[in-house]
Amino acid sequence: MVNAPLSPAAEYFKDVPHEPGAPKPDPVIKATDVHRHFGGLTAVQVDHLEIQRNAITALIGPNGAGKSTFFNLLTGFDKPQRGQWWFNGNSLQSRSPAQVARAGMVRTFQLTKALNRMTVMENMRLGAPLQRGENMIAALFPALWRDHEKEITAKAEELLARFKLDTKKDDYAGELSGGQRKLLEMARALMSDPEIVMLDEPMAGVNPALTESLLDHIVELRNEGVTVLFVEHDMHMVRRISDWVVVMAEGRIIAEGPPETVMQNPAVQDAYLGAHHDTDLFEERQ
Amino acid sequence: MQELIDLLTGAGREIFGPATAAFALAAIGLNVHFGLTGLLNMGHAGFMLLGMYGYAITVRETGNMWLGILAATVAAIVFGLLLGWPTLKLRGDYLAIVTIAASEFVRFLGRSQVFKDLTGGSTGIRGTDFKEPFESLSPFPDKLVTIGPFTMHGSRSSSWWLVVVAWVIVGLFALLFWRLANSPWGRVLKGIREDEDAVRSLGKNVYAFKMQALVLGGVIGAFGGVLFALANAVQPDSMGRPTTFWVWTLLLLGGAATVFGPILGSILFWVSLVTVRGLAGWFIPENVMSATEREPFSLVLVGITLMCLVVFRPQGILGNKRELVISG
Repeated sequence: MVNAPLSPAAEYFKDVPHEPGAPKPDPVIKATDVHRHFGGLTAVQVDHLEIQRNAITALIGPNGAGKSTFFNLLTGFDKPQRGQWWFNGNSLQSRSPAQVARAGMVRTFQLTKALNRMTVMENMRLGAPLQRGENMIAALFPALWRDHEKEITAKAEELLARFKLDTKKDDYAGELSGGQRKLLEMARALMSDPEIVMLDEPMAGVNPALTESLLDHIVELRNEGVTVLFVEHDMHMVRRISDWVVVMAEGRIIAEGPPETVMQNPAVQDAYLGAHHDTDLFEERQ
Repeated sequence: MQELIDLLTGAGREIFGPATAAFALAAIGLNVHFGLTGLLNMGHAGFMLLGMYGYAITVRETGNMWLGILAATVAAIVFGLLLGWPTLKLRGDYLAIVTIAASEFVRFLGRSQVFKDLTGGSTGIRGTDFKEPFESLSPFPDKLVTIGPFTMHGSRSSSWWLVVVAWVIVGLFALLFWRLANSPWGRVLKGIREDEDAVRSLGKNVYAFKMQALVLGGVIGAFGGVLFALANAVQPDSMGRPTTFWVWTLLLLGGAATVFGPILGSILFWVSLVTVRGLAGWFIPENVMSATEREPFSLVLVGITLMCLVVFRPQGILGNKRELVISG
């Protein structure tokens, strides 16, 4: 089922050079010259990045590399000091998180944000866009929104079944296990049929049995035409499902390439293991 | 024996008295803020007092009670927008700080000598100045009426007429709350209560929803204030910080985010307050505690009882235990 090396998406990257900022044949996101400082600390300084449509791109890097900050910038949860980025050619600069989401770019969070004191089904329904009943006045007249609510519920049931959460639909989200909450968050994000889903450490805190099914879901999404961008630490996961890997360190993009080769890049090894990792301790002392 | 009957009828009257209805209505407003949306509004008395002033001043000047209701509504909307505009983009605590200050601000403006001609300063506005248009609509006779053990005036002040109107209004707003809480709009508010950022990431304009909730709850609070004014008079110091905390107490007592919680909470609060006050009068000798000292003492007792309730049953009487376990 998991077939990353043979995936159709590998086609897209045939002629893409293995270098930071490489242009892609059909980019869904483009970002240029994005800078974010916190006081004197430079968290993100990305010169150029393109994310290929309909592929799984992994964003990796050591702790503190600025991956999550970059994620927050792209989705409107944080504002950069300068920089421009586009989604389908439309600038997303100074857009609110809600506007970004409505444009078709939906994210999840590193620390799962299931809405604990709401049922699984209510969580799912909240993910649906354009429900008329979300207008305060229209909410008073169920006739205006009841039919749409039924459609939403049917769709939610379908997604829950796919993520094997259908038996839990009337439980509170807070009663689910950590891994199930991750699944719920992902399913909820899919309620709006996003063009791109951005997953911030989807595997963190998920037990190995669930990890397998999470990976399958991500690959399935890609096969259905959704673009996936995810942040991850676990190199094993990254190798298994991603079509393309972007490596960040100290706020910059230091390497790009297919998962099989990118780890061989000396810059990546330096970033992960330190610049002197292959020097013999004895030699160094000399 | 007669004393016992008096105490029981006094406490029994609080089950349906106009003050109970007024506080139940105010608590429904706070329930929109806190129960649904998680907004920490610590200045609910400010909304209530603005409702009272809006109604009383307008009716005194124009003699039209519908204009009075409109003025109360507009005052609460403006107050809500002013409070929400700077604070709703910030973390929840800031709203608490700003609302508690703003409601005191309203009270101090009301009681200041500068606006004496308008608000009556610290003495407030007498009931006779603004109650007439409402009382003239009463179908009840213009004299004391006894129903069962309870005797109240038919039309004036704390009257049977006001009781009927007040509870019809409470019922309507409870229905409104139920309808909204179980609509997609209410669902977004509950989502905001749980985690704002999650709701943002799903494409909802959190700021606009919070503003709507703040304004709606504030308007309901202002109507609670109008009912209270019709039962008593407009007196700015009756709407100080303690009033806000009473509304909070009875909301938590009944159960936040429930439809009937504010109503049950208000009834229990007022019944127990009157009962404790009466019992204290019996059992505490005059040389231990004077009548003026007994009043705050009974409030202390009620406070302790309610603290115990919140400690041992934090979800309130009607709340859902399962929900509480999760949040902890």
